[in-house]
Amino acid sequence: MSMATPKQDMVTMALFTAAVLSAPLWLSPIGANYPDLLQKFAIYGIFAIGFNILFGLTGYLSFGHAAFLGVGSYTAVWSFKLLSMNVIPAVIFGTLLAGLFALAIGYLSLRRSGIYFSILTLAFAQMCYNLAYSVLTPITNGETGLQLDIGDPHVLDSLFGIEYTGLPSTSLFGLQMTGYSGFYFCAVILILAFFLSLRIFRSAFGMKLRAIKSNQTRMMYTGFNTRPYLLTAFVISGMYAGLAGSLLAVTDPLAGAERMQWTASGEVVLMTILGGAGTLIGPLLGVGLIKYFENIFSALNEQTLHEVFAFLPDWIENLTVAIVNPFVGEGWHLMLGVLFMVIVIFLPGGVMEGIRRIADLPRKFRRKAEKRRQEAEHAAALRAAEEEG
Amino acid sequence: MDAIFLQILNGLDKGGAYALIALGLTLVFGTLGVVNFAHGALFMLGAFCAVSLNLLLNLEKVVVDPSQTTPWGTPLEIRTPYLQEWFGDFGTWMIDYSVPLSLLLVIPFMLMVGVAMERGLIKHFYKRTHADQILVTFGLAIVVQEIIKANFGANPIPQAAPDIVAGSMDIGAALGMDPNTIVYPYWRMVYLFFAAVVIGGVFAFLHMTTFGMVVRAGMHDRETVGLMGIDIDRRFTIVFGLAAVVAGMAGAMYTPTLPPDYHMGMDFLVLSFVVVVVGGMGSLGGAVAAGFLLGILQSFASMTEIKSFLPGIDQIIIYLVAVVILLVRPRGLLGQKGVMED
Repeated sequence: MSMATPKQDMVTMALFTAAVLSAPLWLSPIGANYPDLLQKFAIYGIFAIGFNILFGLTGYLSFGHAAFLGVGSYTAVWSFKLLSMNVIPAVIFGTLLAGLFALAIGYLSLRRSGIYFSILTLAFAQMCYNLAYSVLTPITNGETGLQLDIGDPHVLDSLFGIEYTGLPSTSLFGLQMTGYSGFYFCAVILILAFFLSLRIFRSAFGMKLRAIKSNQTRMMYTGFNTRPYLLTAFVISGMYAGLAGSLLAVTDPLAGAERMQWTASGEVVLMTILGGAGTLIGPLLGVGLIKYFENIFSALNEQTLHEVFAFLPDWIENLTVAIVNPFVGEGWHLMLGVLFMVIVIFLPGGVMEGIRRIADLPRKFRRKAEKRRQEAEHAAALRAAEEEG
Repeated sequence: MDAIFLQILNGLDKGGAYALIALGLTLVFGTLGVVNFAHGALFMLGAFCAVSLNLLLNLEKVVVDPSQTTPWGTPLEIRTPYLQEWFGDFGTWMIDYSVPLSLLLVIPFMLMVGVAMERGLIKHFYKRTHADQILVTFGLAIVVQEIIKANFGANPIPQAAPDIVAGSMDIGAALGMDPNTIVYPYWRMVYLFFAAVVIGGVFAFLHMTTFGMVVRAGMHDRETVGLMGIDIDRRFTIVFGLAAVVAGMAGAMYTPTLPPDYHMGMDFLVLSFVVVVVGGMGSLGGAVAAGFLLGILQSFASMTEIKSFLPGIDQIIIYLVAVVILLVRPRGLLGQKGVMED
């Protein structure tokens, strides 16, 4: 694997920063420039970047990362309720507590690898989910979900003499975290998260994680204790998930247990794979594609489809609508499932591999042309030799 | 004492379902080495075979009788199921027995689905990593689930057991205890019996037929069996079909106990994976034992006496057992030494 030079990394970082900050501009032609969706891009981007640090680098497939997302959300909402509507403590506490959970779960789960690791993480996440729904109702508010109340104490806020009338909204030192300001807050954190992941990818630590993925047994035979590194990667990615969860609460101060369900864990796996696990930018592409198309396709219905395909002759229009209709609107998940299978079957490296293959095409063609030329020359030489002899 | 007995009984039928699903899962893992996350979807498909058959049998002929009117003044519509019209009492009987009869539909259908799935998809994943296998079958499970949702809606569709076994039996009274202490629905007994028969059938098939012997030999050492000139791949395909049939039958027969909905497969899948892990990956006996064991443990954990000093234990007991087993004895209760013990 060729390593980028520090200079190239600086360019990557600069381009990435510019792209994220200007997202509302360049996403407007495809109608994705409203704050709600942009926030989702940024938040799930953080989630997927974090997941990729574990899965992409070490190959350990966790099916329980949604638990950390949920822990982050609950902690953030509690921080809003008890301490302050300021988002800084909420984000910090959400990330830290998720990190603690990740430390405990990772410590146990990493004793096993392969499918057993997947099942262990899945079991822990399901335990969190089931408990959040049942006995932990005083903390999680069960099915209704945890939300802000009029009577919340906001201890820190009242210390600084801030009083609320009615339901308060989240803020960064007075700047309301709704709409574009909410997006830019998430965007700045996304950029920092991306930078950290870039540093991890380029570091000796990242190299060790990759070595674990390619041949853990050999690593251990050389006397290298892999577990502390795996655990560190697990905790870091858990903290990313907690960060994403607390940001979800920042943009909408409500936390529900369904965020912890294993299908939610499956979603982040899907996004990472779709984009390209183990690549820097791939998971973000996956998030963008899935969240964007989710938004577009789940809003379509038969009526709108007929409008879209109205330019076709009637019978083709009806046929197309009949074929496409099961995959949009309510059927969006069907599309997601199909997409998932197609990617895993044909393009295990995700979109990034697709891009690489396309980029390699000219070289492949050149090589083929070269080979053909050589064969032709060879044949000509043979013919010439035959004629002579 | 009778409370304990009751909980064991309660756990048995759920344990039967777990055991049947886990049996198929572990069979597929033992033969093909594939981790099949779509196995729960097969269970669900079986359940929806029962639903479809029921809908089919209940197709009604509507006759408008203008001479009579309903209390609302509209002409009276007389609805009779076609079957009843054609076959009389036998038709009514068929409608009543739609759930057990659905097995006749489930067996060929699930065999087809299983074989098609193995040849069309799983075959290409033998050599890929377990992570890839998990992912592609997870995708398939989503697809199957969404197709069912699109056709049958998102709500559970209750199915009735045949009238003759619709009630409950007062086991307590039969055993000389106070009446009404142990009341157990007949259908659960039927299910338990059915599960025992199917499990026995699978074991007999694997241990008493030549085909089963070859399959077991293949589980043990695939390469050598292949070298002896046996087309082991084809037999494993049939084993996959068999696992699908077992899962489908388990699903169809479970419908009177639990009204099927499109995500029931996923709910059972996670649990049955846990069952497989507890029993030991690739160990058939382990899967059956662990299925019943966990079913019973779960029903004990939901006793109020236990919940009062360990709140929430009923929600997590199965996962807790799995975690302990995986950490202490990763090969599972009856797993062979060295199988997946990394």
